[in-house]
Amino acid sequence: MAADQKYFDEMFGHGATARTPYADYCNWFHHEDTARLLAKSEEAEALFRLIGVTFNVYGDPDATERLIPFDLVPRIIAAREWAKVAKGIEQRVRALNAFLHDIYHRQEIVRAGRLPAEMIARNDAFLPEMIGVSPPGDIYTHIVGTDLVRTGDNEFFVLEDNARTPSGVSYMLENRETMLHMFPELFSKIKVQSVSQYPRSLRKSLSACAPDACNGRPTLAVLTPGIHNSAYYEHAFLADQMSAELVEGHDLRVVDGRVAMRTTKGYKPIDVLYRRVDDEYLDPLNFNPDSVLGVPGIMDVYRAGGITIANAPGTGIADDKAIYSYMPDIVEFYTGEKAILKNVPTHRCSEPDALKYVLDNLAELVVKEVHGSGGYGMLVGPAASKKEIEAFRAKLEASPGNYIAQPTLALSTVPILTDAGLAPRHVDLRPFVLVSPDRIDITPGGLTRVALTEGSLVVNSSQGGGTKDTWVLEE
Amino acid sequence: MLGKTAGGLFWMFRYLERAENTARMIDAGLRISLTRSSAAESEWTSILSSTGARAAYETAHGAPDGPKVIDFLLRDPNNPGSILAGIESARMNARVVRTALTREVWEAVNECYMVLKRLLAQPIEDRDLPRVLQVIRQRSAFVRGALHGTMVRNDIYNFARIGTFYERADNTARILDQKYYILLPSVKLVGSPSDNVQWDTILRATSTTRAYQTLHEGDVDPRAIARFLILDGRLPRSLAFCYGKIGDNLGYLEQEYGMRHSCQSLADALCAKFRSHDMNAIFDYGLHEFISDFLRDSAALGRQIEIDYRFIE
Repeated sequence: MAADQKYFDEMFGHGATARTPYADYCNWFHHEDTARLLAKSEEAEALFRLIGVTFNVYGDPDATERLIPFDLVPRIIAAREWAKVAKGIEQRVRALNAFLHDIYHRQEIVRAGRLPAEMIARNDAFLPEMIGVSPPGDIYTHIVGTDLVRTGDNEFFVLEDNARTPSGVSYMLENRETMLHMFPELFSKIKVQSVSQYPRSLRKSLSACAPDACNGRPTLAVLTPGIHNSAYYEHAFLADQMSAELVEGHDLRVVDGRVAMRTTKGYKPIDVLYRRVDDEYLDPLNFNPDSVLGVPGIMDVYRAGGITIANAPGTGIADDKAIYSYMPDIVEFYTGEKAILKNVPTHRCSEPDALKYVLDNLAELVVKEVHGSGGYGMLVGPAASKKEIEAFRAKLEASPGNYIAQPTLALSTVPILTDAGLAPRHVDLRPFVLVSPDRIDITPGGLTRVALTEGSLVVNSSQGGGTKDTWVLEE
Repeated sequence: MLGKTAGGLFWMFRYLERAENTARMIDAGLRISLTRSSAAESEWTSILSSTGARAAYETAHGAPDGPKVIDFLLRDPNNPGSILAGIESARMNARVVRTALTREVWEAVNECYMVLKRLLAQPIEDRDLPRVLQVIRQRSAFVRGALHGTMVRNDIYNFARIGTFYERADNTARILDQKYYILLPSVKLVGSPSDNVQWDTILRATSTTRAYQTLHEGDVDPRAIARFLILDGRLPRSLAFCYGKIGDNLGYLEQEYGMRHSCQSLADALCAKFRSHDMNAIFDYGLHEFISDFLRDSAALGRQIEIDYRFIE
């Protein structure tokens, strides 16, 4: 395979020989028969379908359960590359928690003039119900997914901080299991850092944040919106792996000042609730009154210290795309250090100068909705048609405050296996971070998402993205 | 365990058992329509009644006609009680209780669903029917095998078992409810070819032909068949056997939870009936009345289990 000179390829750099981390893998690969590997690919798909590693696509009645395509060429990161990334993530996650505490208490960062007051006051992700509330252990973001992209040998950027309910960790774990199952010989040749400890670490990390009301060994539960949710498989998987109950709103009620689940023996209090339900649906008494996914009164129990909710309500303010542009300041303000990981330069369309620049350069930029996610409501200028750009221009002019814009990054590529052999495709990376009062635990690697369409920069599974196993090599 | 999970397990195994039993009944119906076409229509009517699908069938298709009935029972979207719908429901419940199942059990039920969904995507031709029915029985046996071989014997297992035996007894009782008249002692036509076929159908619909012959040395007698299906504790599809198992499993739950519930008294009362009655007493009381009482008491038991173990609020 010849590397595309325009993009940094993680396997071949800008040349034709494998970069060091990939040397052993490529050596193995060249002795393999492509037809055998393609057959393995089908084997992997059958395995995923049998296990039920599927996701639901909303509004598509014909494909209620779909597989995320899995590519069996791993993405490989050297130990020292990872060490630096991990350090940067840890710093950033510390800053996020300090920021959240501050925002819901004294708002020193606003007083210091480092963040405009309206970024908080006029932000839907800010929850007034959280003002003055200190969560158990003072942890807000128990689980974070810091999305990273790479543009060069030493160039990593944070694309976004997922501080609400980042998903995808079950794919990280199942991808590794599948690779171990299909290519045991590779793992005996190449020493890869393990990821399988994640569910145990998650249990430990969540348990360390149990509320004062907890007696003895904390009772954990995972709150899911139900089997029709797109990430239901992951909710069930994590509950199973942590030996926690998988609950829905209708299994729960407030009993004697605790949130309790209906068991075959009566109501049993829950200490830590890992919720995969958005803030808005968490408590019909305090938020959306029509929600049937949540628990009436849970916020009152929470404020009284009767339960830990992970992640804490109101953390969305920290991964808001408008706040994102202030992250370098936020990191510096709370840690006293320069940010180790770079932010993508971000134009806030709410600012007139920035808006003008963005409108003049739409064809070059990526424009995102401030509150959007999943790759929806976004314009990738270089890939868009004139018509699409003009349609987007109208939306942008109508409500500039809803958008931010970023330069189109030259995202790195990693080869995927196609019928014609290896072919480069753009990737990103979502590492998974666990935060407890005494430590920050980062699983080596994370979930690599890959845009399967040639040239595409959109890696979201809802839009034709696939995944890869991610290897961080041992030292 | 969550009450919802207990309920999901109960229903998952009820649906699986029901699908398997429906396959047995199609098998019996097919047999009779091949050997005695004049009796086929009433046989299909009785099978539709046993599976509770008669009204839905007649609304959609009118008079019973072999191929239509078979399609209706196998896969017709108008029939919420079809085998395909049952397997779908079993699998949906399995997804809800996924954290309670071993990977083997989940994979067996998921694969059962994937295979049958593909197999039943089109109407089944007559010549393929025996093979399709065999796949249904086999796939269902795989789930049972995975359950026995891999699940810890705790409350999770107990609720799965209670669902299985509850549904199985219900099925046997419904078949008897449809056929009781040919088992009455007053019908003294022993040996007439007509009744031999009818009796054979009952045994076939419960997959007990061979067991019956072994235990009765080939002597086909309506009273013995009734006794066999109701009272014989050796037969895994008899009412007595199923209720013995339900009683056992409720007992294990009592031990594990340290709590006795009123559903146990209902189950005990049913078990006691099977112990204290011999066939003469049942015939004296009235076979039909006995079966009707049973179906009523069993429905009450089902409701009480649901309340006692908090399947729903």
